[in-house]
Amino acid sequence: MLEIRNLTVSIGDKTILQGLNLTVRDGEVAALMGPNGTGKSTLSYVCAGKSGYNVTSGEVLLDGVNLLELDPDVRAARGLFLAFQYPTEIPGVATMTFLKAALNAQRKQRGEEELSTPAFMKKIKAASDMLGIKSDMLKRSLNVGFSGGEKKRMDILQMALLEPKFGILDETDSGLDIDALRIVADGVNALRAPDRAFLVITHYQRLLEYIVPDTVHIMAQGRIVRSGGKELALEVEKSGYKNYEATAAA
Amino acid sequence: MTAQIIPSKTSAEVALAEAFGTARAKLPGNAEVAQLREASFESFSKAGLPHRRIESWHYTDLRALMREALPLAQPPGAEAIAALGKEMRAAGLPAQSLVLVDGVFIPELSAKLPEGVRVSSLAAALAEGRRDVVTALSAEWAGVKDPIVSLNAALMQDGVVIDIAPGTKLDAPIRLVYASVSATPVAHFSRSLVLVGTGASVQISETSFGSGGRKGQINNALVIVGGDECDIAHTLSLTDTEPGSLRLESFMVKLGAKAHFDSFALITGGGIVRRQIFLRFDGADTKANLRGVSLLRGREHADTTLFVEHCAPGCEGRENFRYILDDEAVGVFQGRIHVAPAAQKTDSKMLCKALLLTDKVAMNSKPELEIFADDVVCGHGATCGGLNEDQIFYLQTRGLTFAQAEALLLDAFGGELVDELPDESLVAAFRAEIAAWLAKRPQGARL
Ligand SMILES: Nc1ncnc2c1ncn2[C@@H]1O[C@H](COP(=O)(O)OP(=O)(O)OP(=O)(O)O)[C@@H](O)[C@H]1O
Ligand SMILES: [Mg+2]
Repeated sequence: MLEIRNLTVSIGDKTILQGLNLTVRDGEVAALMGPNGTGKSTLSYVCAGKSGYNVTSGEVLLDGVNLLELDPDVRAARGLFLAFQYPTEIPGVATMTFLKAALNAQRKQRGEEELSTPAFMKKIKAASDMLGIKSDMLKRSLNVGFSGGEKKRMDILQMALLEPKFGILDETDSGLDIDALRIVADGVNALRAPDRAFLVITHYQRLLEYIVPDTVHIMAQGRIVRSGGKELALEVEKSGYKNYEATAAA
Repeated sequence: MTAQIIPSKTSAEVALAEAFGTARAKLPGNAEVAQLREASFESFSKAGLPHRRIESWHYTDLRALMREALPLAQPPGAEAIAALGKEMRAAGLPAQSLVLVDGVFIPELSAKLPEGVRVSSLAAALAEGRRDVVTALSAEWAGVKDPIVSLNAALMQDGVVIDIAPGTKLDAPIRLVYASVSATPVAHFSRSLVLVGTGASVQISETSFGSGGRKGQINNALVIVGGDECDIAHTLSLTDTEPGSLRLESFMVKLGAKAHFDSFALITGGGIVRRQIFLRFDGADTKANLRGVSLLRGREHADTTLFVEHCAPGCEGRENFRYILDDEAVGVFQGRIHVAPAAQKTDSKMLCKALLLTDKVAMNSKPELEIFADDVVCGHGATCGGLNEDQIFYLQTRGLTFAQAEALLLDAFGGELVDELPDESLVAAFRAEIAAWLAKRPQGARL
């Protein structure tokens, strides 16, 4: 599904990702953990196509196609989705207007027909019911004045609506209360499918109790230093990252 | 020491003097009005066309911009009016429309207004020497110090006078509809007055009819005098100025106590636009809200200049203006807020935001606070910049193309102020005008 090969990325003269390799297979949920500032968000932004990064080597392949050569919207239409660590506020754009524009823009790029309003409303209703999002929130400007948790839920709502092939969730659990965490996890689990995969970035084992990963990868100083099964997350929870940082420096 | 420079008259100034000389005997009004016209022209003539050394006109140098003065419009002929009437009936004018053709009020094209509203032409009121009308035009009015308002007072040909009786409540807006039948570009000078009685509630909406409604040189003034506890909502759609035209719009508002005033203007379209608002808080505890959106492209130039005077205590003023500048357009925003010593507890906030879409546009933004009372809350802010890249990226990650993301954000930027309007049909109409403007952008040019 997703294959990152030897990815090196810098901002200005600071190298952030240093020859990173990571493979996520069809149907897999991979967890990515690592200390603050190690480059997890940078990795997700580079995958999604944010400008301002200098990719000096490597490729990011989604089903064999190098995403790095595509515009962000084309990547999205090909099935990549990023749930942001800090979702952006967009004053003046009603959430509902935005959702419809996004869905139809992707359909258009894929050469599909626009969704009719009733069909769209039905989809929205199903997704927002599942995530406990009230309809008056959909009338407000996108993310403006939403609480931290509400913003995260709104991002997951978008994922549920857009049904991507590959979802990157950047610390979706931060800012969520216990109930919201369960709701969001249920939302993600409902999307798990043999032809879909996820990269779940988190600092906490707790999320991984709800979204049980198939693999866990530890990142330090811009590369993956250890990969394993879900027990790796428990190990990190117990002893922190210091061992891995030593590995990365070596 | 710099020498006093007295520039010789420009050809436009000379032509204006000639026009006044020829027209003055025929311009409407009794002897008192004639005197007022003389004094007003004298005051204009002394100052000349405003130029960049006059502070409030610094960014809109009419001396340089107004190369010639077009001939004064002739009153529209009966045949032309009949043809226009036919067109208007076919198109269907909104209810409560009052029609002005080339600056002249045409009762036969206008609706009858409900009880509590009296309508007459300015010419009739001036001929009659109506005291309240003449007072509203006289020198005590702040705006008269402005050369363009003086010129309007000297040359005003006609307009409409609307009296709203105390306590009248109107649900639907009164529409001032501007149209033109002149075959060639001309100059017109019109002035309208709305006198709103105590406790009355009214919406005034200024629009235009047909294409070419606004070509030539237009000097319009609208005066609103609001009594205590009145509630006034005003909108102006200034969206059909043709390239090469000059639009001078003066809006003078004086409010009594505990009143509520709301005004919104949308400016798009060609040529040079100068809109000046003179707002005076005369009575205590009044709230006023001024908003405007200017969408400019090509080499268009639009200037909105505010003179807000707080003369009474406890008033609240909100001024919120936005600009989108494309190509080589020039935007000007000047906001002078004056708080007199008596205006304690004034609460004033002014904000101007501009989106600059190319590096060839120019935005001149100048807020100015003059505060002579000590117990006040006054703030102002101005931002100027491109579209937010993080917002564009976020939208792109959801599948919108760059051009779609940009269009959505521009629409939102202008639309946000429109959404605050009290009337839903006005919101829809203005949003449609913004969308129409955006639709004319060459899509994907910057992809
Ligand atoms: N625009 C930028 N300019 C300069 N440095 C940056 C920029 N963006 C990120 N960095 C730096 O790159 C490093 C990686 O940041 P990144 O946000 O990817 O870390 P992270 O692993 O997501 O951290 P966290 O767990 O705190 O979210 C940090 O040292 C950060 O300061
Ligand atoms: Mg991060």
